[in-house]
Amino acid sequence: MSEATAGAPNAAEATSGEVQTVVAARRLKDVRTVFIGVGRPSTAAILARMVHNPDLVLVYESGTIGAKPFHVPLSIGDGELAETADVIVSVPEMFNYWIGPGRIDVAFLGAAQVDRFANLNSTVIGEYDHPKTRLPGAGGAPEIAANCGEVIVVAPHSKRTLVERLDFCTTVGHGDGPTARQRLGFRGAGPTAVITDLGVLEPDPDTKQLVLTCVYEGVEVAAVREATGWPLEVAGELETTEPPTSEELAALRELVSR
Amino acid sequence: MAEVVPLRDAVADLVHDGDSVALEGFTHLIPFAAGHEVLRQGRRELELIRMTPDILYDQLIGMGAARKLVFSYGGNPGVGSLHRFRDAIEHGWPHPIELEEHSHAGMANRYAAGAADLPFAVMRGYRGTDLAAITQVAPIVCPFTGERLIAVPALRPNVAIVHAQEADRAGNVQLWGIPGVQKEAVLAAKRSLVTVERIVDELEPRPNSVVIPGWVIDAVAAAPGGSRPSYSLGITDRDNDFYRFWDELSRDRDAFTAWMQEHVLAGQEAGVR
Repeated sequence: MSEATAGAPNAAEATSGEVQTVVAARRLKDVRTVFIGVGRPSTAAILARMVHNPDLVLVYESGTIGAKPFHVPLSIGDGELAETADVIVSVPEMFNYWIGPGRIDVAFLGAAQVDRFANLNSTVIGEYDHPKTRLPGAGGAPEIAANCGEVIVVAPHSKRTLVERLDFCTTVGHGDGPTARQRLGFRGAGPTAVITDLGVLEPDPDTKQLVLTCVYEGVEVAAVREATGWPLEVAGELETTEPPTSEELAALRELVSR
Repeated sequence: MAEVVPLRDAVADLVHDGDSVALEGFTHLIPFAAGHEVLRQGRRELELIRMTPDILYDQLIGMGAARKLVFSYGGNPGVGSLHRFRDAIEHGWPHPIELEEHSHAGMANRYAAGAADLPFAVMRGYRGTDLAAITQVAPIVCPFTGERLIAVPALRPNVAIVHAQEADRAGNVQLWGIPGVQKEAVLAAKRSLVTVERIVDELEPRPNSVVIPGWVIDAVAAAPGGSRPSYSLGITDRDNDFYRFWDELSRDRDAFTAWMQEHVLAGQEAGVR
């Protein structure tokens, strides 16, 4: 796995989705525990265990703590998660003993809509009583976002997702600004990054509004702003993401092919 | 004391039109066979309670058995939407349903309060969200510290139905793997039914197992394969392909209805392909 062979993939071939996953995995280099849902965050967390942080403890909402899946699971409750976990707990225990007291360092969350304060909607598009699109609902997100050490949002970058105004606030990120989390008595630091398929947005330390801090190679800032539903600010020291290394890309492709 | 009875008799005895019914199982051990038996017996006007409606409640809702849904996450895990759930809410098909939604933490605490026979549970949650305005929660102040907290009302279903790996002949139940909220649901409910993969002479201790004594259960019924396309760890595997198949099939009302007629209503066992 760690050998970069002659057949190793060229980083320039990486798709934007692969870059997004690699960037998310890098965020877990120095983390002890991560809470993950299905899809890209799960892939990123397993990739992080493979290439950056073999001791990373994966915690899934289903109650599996310390799961070591070989495959990317389809659901958060696949059998492989239970079979490889250090311990399996009930749902009340998961929320009351593990998430609530802030024992998890980082949580990955997705959402259908994200606003400039990284508040999240996963409930409805349109009016609650007469929705245009009924989404799955809150799941564990509100309490996860309130209590985990920090939250990393993983979402596609488009005007449909990054919106001026949420149709429904399912999960509070930074609320209406810098004092919101303190007023609400939340334990964790809240969202520290929104990782999209174009770049990374991070909250301004003073205003807590999301600012573009990083773009992927070959992505124009104008295109990122065009795909954002509010006038997106750009950091003075905008970085370009270091592209996936051949080791990262080979590991990711091997993982998803399992 | 649990009576070990055929599934058909257990459902006929315990589940009535208009009941609030919790069929639990968090991704794992979802009681599909029992839910299908509820459909075959034509139960109507049910208040369906479940943290994660999953395919089973998509089927019950799509067949018109639900009056109300109490839940916290209505998706097809890892795949996408539950199309019958969405169609009922977005278009009122086959008829409109009432919704009461919570967060997972809220639902889990509601079951725990029900199991403890307390009127409500206390938690930190819902604050700052739009959920608080559309569901049953209330602010409460800690009498000791003054901290502002949230109260969620206890869940006391008329009936809880869960699936487990095994039971002995006295109706003592053992399940292992992901335990979800099954124990809480059984203890919170007025009546309970546990379906099992197998009936054994003696329960063999397992790591991470949950044992529910037969004397808090009303009925135990054998239903081998009864959690498919969910799974019973160590006995059956989760049928991930079925979850993907369901995404395609359930988009269309007629295809859904025809499939349910053929595989569930006309069948004797759990409806899987």
